[in-house]
Amino acid sequence: MRFLFKTDYEQDIQLAKHSGYIWSYGALLLAVLIVPFFLEEYYVGQMTQLYIMAIAGVGLMLLAGYTGLISLGHAAFFGIGAYTEAVLTGNGLALPFMDEPIVFSFFLSFPLAGIFAAIAGIAIGIPALRLVGIYLAIATFAFAIIIEEILSRWESVTNGYSGLLVESIYFGDFELTDGTPFYYLCLGVLIAVILFSLNLLRSPTGRAMMAVRDSEISAQSMGVNLAKTKTIAFALSAGITGLAGALFAHKLGFLSPESFTVLQSLELLVLVVVGGLGSMHGAVFGALFVLALPQGLAILKDYLPTQIAEVPGIEPLLFGLILVLIIIFEPLGIYGRWLKVKLYFQMFPLYKKATFKRQKSYMKSERLR
Amino acid sequence: MNLFTAENLAINFGGVKAVDGVNFEIKKGECFTIIGPNGAGKTTIFNLISRIYDVTDGRMTLDGQDITNTPPHEIAGLGIARTFQNIELFEHASVLQNLLVGRHCHTKRSLFGEGLFLPSVRKAELEHREKVEEIIDFLDLQHYRESLIMNLPYGVRKVVELGRALCTEPKLILLDEPSSGLNVEETQDMAFWIDDIKTDLGITVLMVEHDMGLVSEVSDRVLVLNYGRMLAHGTPSEVQNDPEVIKAYLGG
Repeated sequence: MRFLFKTDYEQDIQLAKHSGYIWSYGALLLAVLIVPFFLEEYYVGQMTQLYIMAIAGVGLMLLAGYTGLISLGHAAFFGIGAYTEAVLTGNGLALPFMDEPIVFSFFLSFPLAGIFAAIAGIAIGIPALRLVGIYLAIATFAFAIIIEEILSRWESVTNGYSGLLVESIYFGDFELTDGTPFYYLCLGVLIAVILFSLNLLRSPTGRAMMAVRDSEISAQSMGVNLAKTKTIAFALSAGITGLAGALFAHKLGFLSPESFTVLQSLELLVLVVVGGLGSMHGAVFGALFVLALPQGLAILKDYLPTQIAEVPGIEPLLFGLILVLIIIFEPLGIYGRWLKVKLYFQMFPLYKKATFKRQKSYMKSERLR
Repeated sequence: MNLFTAENLAINFGGVKAVDGVNFEIKKGECFTIIGPNGAGKTTIFNLISRIYDVTDGRMTLDGQDITNTPPHEIAGLGIARTFQNIELFEHASVLQNLLVGRHCHTKRSLFGEGLFLPSVRKAELEHREKVEEIIDFLDLQHYRESLIMNLPYGVRKVVELGRALCTEPKLILLDEPSSGLNVEETQDMAFWIDDIKTDLGITVLMVEHDMGLVSEVSDRVLVLNYGRMLAHGTPSEVQNDPEVIKAYLGG
């Protein structure tokens, strides 16, 4: 058991509450920095994919986990980011009055992908201000379908279902968007996005978001502008998801509207709910879950008796089953379980089972008012 | 000197006149109480003042400034804070975070400054924390700083909510049934705090309360409502002996 003696208000503001944080996160950082040197290329690619999903997860977490607004349409922002990146770095931006299209460098197109997605986020956020819970989910769902249609029909730009090739980014002979360099790029963006979000959450705007989540009426009475806070949350969430989309475009190398369907939206929602709504850890744990579980199941299949393993649809079935079990037994998701395991070792051998008895109170965003 | 005035205040929900032509003014530094049977429109008046409902008719002023059409989120900045009848705290946040949200109307916000946590943001956070600590000391909440609201007992939540309202540094504080659900000692504490808020902090108090013991102990003037209309107006002992009031409460 660690005892924290607080002598300064700064200690409550600090992200690293005590030296243990610095050691453990330092070790984690070191591990992810050196891991590409020890892994096969395939696994480096998988880790990169994990970071991309985690970035998108952080984006949705800000909206669903911290502002209490459920979105079933985040694939749209993911797609807008991906297509913006692909078009701006590929064919370039072509406007009627220009002789030839402008092709953007990655350092411009990448933020622009986030900004375009954020603008789309504001566009859906403003009409959605009056909607809560399941109605908001339906509105965002509809929005995602519209975007999916636009991506497939606006052929002059997106090339429709024939697909769009994504240009790799080169600096001389150095390719940024493949292998180890891309791994570090995605890792860097993930860390930046997490730090940005954590900073925001310890500042007035982040607290206002949490206030809106827990009680709109009292947030308003404390001077929180509901419309503004929700719009900021939507823009930020969409923007971060758009950044993830831009990286995803380079990861895939080839975009087609089929990558940004409702299933992708659902996967993102599953990611944040299973990871643990209302925690930044949850976004990373959730990304780990949605990526590792199908792979784990594929491996598991080899060890199952043939009669069971050969049943068509056994993987989605198991995926669904695990999902249901997690939601029933661990409302705070993997992060909730993580806290319990951590406490168990901290308190050892005095762990009390009742410590988490009350945690069955769900987040309001889960209750779908 | 009037801090707050309500002139001919009225609101209809469909055909129901929840509040109907209510006039009152609150003097600076007094404790003004609204009482009345259930459904009399007391909380509705609170919701009108905090602008959650739009008035059908009438006018409200604070310090001479018309607030009848002020957006609800600007009310706190003008100096009106409130508590709720059924506690409305931020359940998944700590007491400290709840109180810091109370400072919201005094914060300057910039998304990117906060995302980078610039030194100016850090400095502002520390200043707000100091203000919050004053309220924590005032209400003896030191033990609960880090506790999540959902793990706190009802009595403490009630105090935290009072604290959150005080953190906005209001001129006028609206207390919606401050003693409901509290035991005798907690009610006694609440009475002391209300008195301290009025005399030490110099904040004008407007409250809705059913506990006549508490009302006569702390309030200077009382307004009695029934079916949205004013029944009586005066000192606590005056209204308690008013025949109309006795009739409204006891029937007959």
